Amino acid sequence: MSVPSGQGVTGHLQWLLRHFRREWQLYVLLAPTIIWLLLFLYKPMYGLQVAFKDYSIFRGVAGSPWIGFEHFHTLFGSEQFLRALKNTVIISFYSLLIGFPVPILLALMFNEVLNQTFRKTAQTIVYLPHFISSVIIAGIVITAFSPSAGVINTFLGWFGIDSIYFLTKPEWFRPIFVGTGIWQEAGFQSIVYLAAIAGVSPTLYESAVVDGASRWQMMWKVTIPCILPTIIIMLIIRIGNILEVSFEMIILLYQPATYETGDVVNTFIYRQGIQAGQYDFAAAAGLFNAVIAFVLVVTANSISRRYSRTSLW
Amino acid sequence: MANMNLYSRGDRIFVVTNMVLIGMFAISTLYPFIYITSLSFSSGFEARAGNVILTPVQVTVEAYKYVLSDPQFWISYKNTFIYTIGGTLMSLAFIIPGAYALSRPQLLGRRFWNLTVAFTMWFNAGLIPFFLNMRDLGLLDSYFGIIIGFAVNGFNIILLRNFFESVPQSFEEAARMDGANEFQVLWKVYIPLSKPAIATIALFCIVSRWNGFFWAMVLLQDDDKIPLQVFLRHTIATLSDDQEFGATLFDATYSFETVSAAIIVCSIIPVLIIYPFMQKYFEKGILLGGVKE
Repeated sequence: MSVPSGQGVTGHLQWLLRHFRREWQLYVLLAPTIIWLLLFLYKPMYGLQVAFKDYSIFRGVAGSPWIGFEHFHTLFGSEQFLRALKNTVIISFYSLLIGFPVPILLALMFNEVLNQTFRKTAQTIVYLPHFISSVIIAGIVITAFSPSAGVINTFLGWFGIDSIYFLTKPEWFRPIFVGTGIWQEAGFQSIVYLAAIAGVSPTLYESAVVDGASRWQMMWKVTIPCILPTIIIMLIIRIGNILEVSFEMIILLYQPATYETGDVVNTFIYRQGIQAGQYDFAAAAGLFNAVIAFVLVVTANSISRRYSRTSLW
Repeated sequence: MANMNLYSRGDRIFVVTNMVLIGMFAISTLYPFIYITSLSFSSGFEARAGNVILTPVQVTVEAYKYVLSDPQFWISYKNTFIYTIGGTLMSLAFIIPGAYALSRPQLLGRRFWNLTVAFTMWFNAGLIPFFLNMRDLGLLDSYFGIIIGFAVNGFNIILLRNFFESVPQSFEEAARMDGANEFQVLWKVYIPLSKPAIATIALFCIVSRWNGFFWAMVLLQDDDKIPLQVFLRHTIATLSDDQEFGATLFDATYSFETVSAAIIVCSIIPVLIIYPFMQKYFEKGILLGGVKE
């Protein structure tokens, strides 16, 4: 829609009026979504100011007095917060290091399956855990790792290993959490790579066959180079989301005994803010987290856009 | 790739090894569900002793009797249905018109509105401001709060907008000739043409509603309003933290392990029922919305 030029302000106004008279329905359709976003997502952004305030419930967000960066000062003097920050980065790093290659491997392996029934069945099974709630997954983990009844300790018992109360052991928290995440999501994440593999031109394989390449060689020389851009984009996105640890699962699995290795920024915020009622202080931690995450995501996205013209948005 | 012949012995070894590995991965995915199901049908005594490995030991349905006779189980099951159906319908009522408007080239400030949606995907005020906002809006401890508070999601809007944009103009021309307005074009042309995309979004909403736990736990205090996931969490937490109560529940026929397992099974069943329908859609859905030029 181009605005007619050369008619001055009244011309523009008339044009606008005509536009709204003709297209008002579009704005009626759009309004609910925009109002919702303002009310439920943008208004809380305005509410972030409590991070710089001495918030009291009775005075409300706008009425509470400003105190500047005091909460941030406390935050960076707080060993608990620094520990949570450290845990977030470490857990994310492990998830990335171990969890990132698994879906790629799965996709490559699925691609090599010739029997379609077998392939479909296996895919149906490995996608499933993605759709199961974290409460259920955590419930299964808690049951399976329990010291008396858990099947894991039964297995260990066969090898003469004494039963371990895994979920109270700080050294076991990260492996269990990261492993659970991979178990739950790797299959589903392989879909993106399978789509990339499906897009590889068949003529490449045909000429490889003519050259007498084995399937193993074709995987290394054709498939992997062709999906490399997808792999790199996914890697950049994952690095951009390094502060995104699925804290829902952590809340369900951790306990005071494992805070040492399992407490992350969002679980810290949940305890300090929602459970202990220190809203202003917890909001400061949240703001810090959100700003870093925002910078990381935007950076990752612009790198990915430059690299491949493909980006998340 | 699939119709290619196997040429060498090396290839055959490769393919077979590969199938075995995939089979193992699939089994390890499936095993925890089998384990939990077997546990739920085993006696409390055997479960507690760690004797359940693969199949139920001393088959009994006592754990299910215990769960199904708990009124709180039925209340939260009903609530989960209310949140899932109400929430999904609410989401669609916002997302479909919003995505349609955003897909129209004649919308003034289209870039700005799209950015308003997309920005919420990059920056989030976080738990505390969202919580305080819900409290200020008087939406704590209410069905309506849960249903409306999570209705819109930038990802879903953009996914559907992309789909609407890919619908060729020619489809709506006939309707326009007949003098249809925007509401009619959306209702009679775009919605019928976009059934797969809308179904994908509806399924995403259903799954996230059915599984939703964290905010339901935070926002709802009243036991009459909690969904199944929160009930399940309470049960597992109470039973495993409170050894004494765990011990009182311990019985030759059922134990807290078998009771938890039974609730887990009851809550997975509806997901398993709709899973085959979802599978048709989610692969496309991811690719439709995930990556945009």
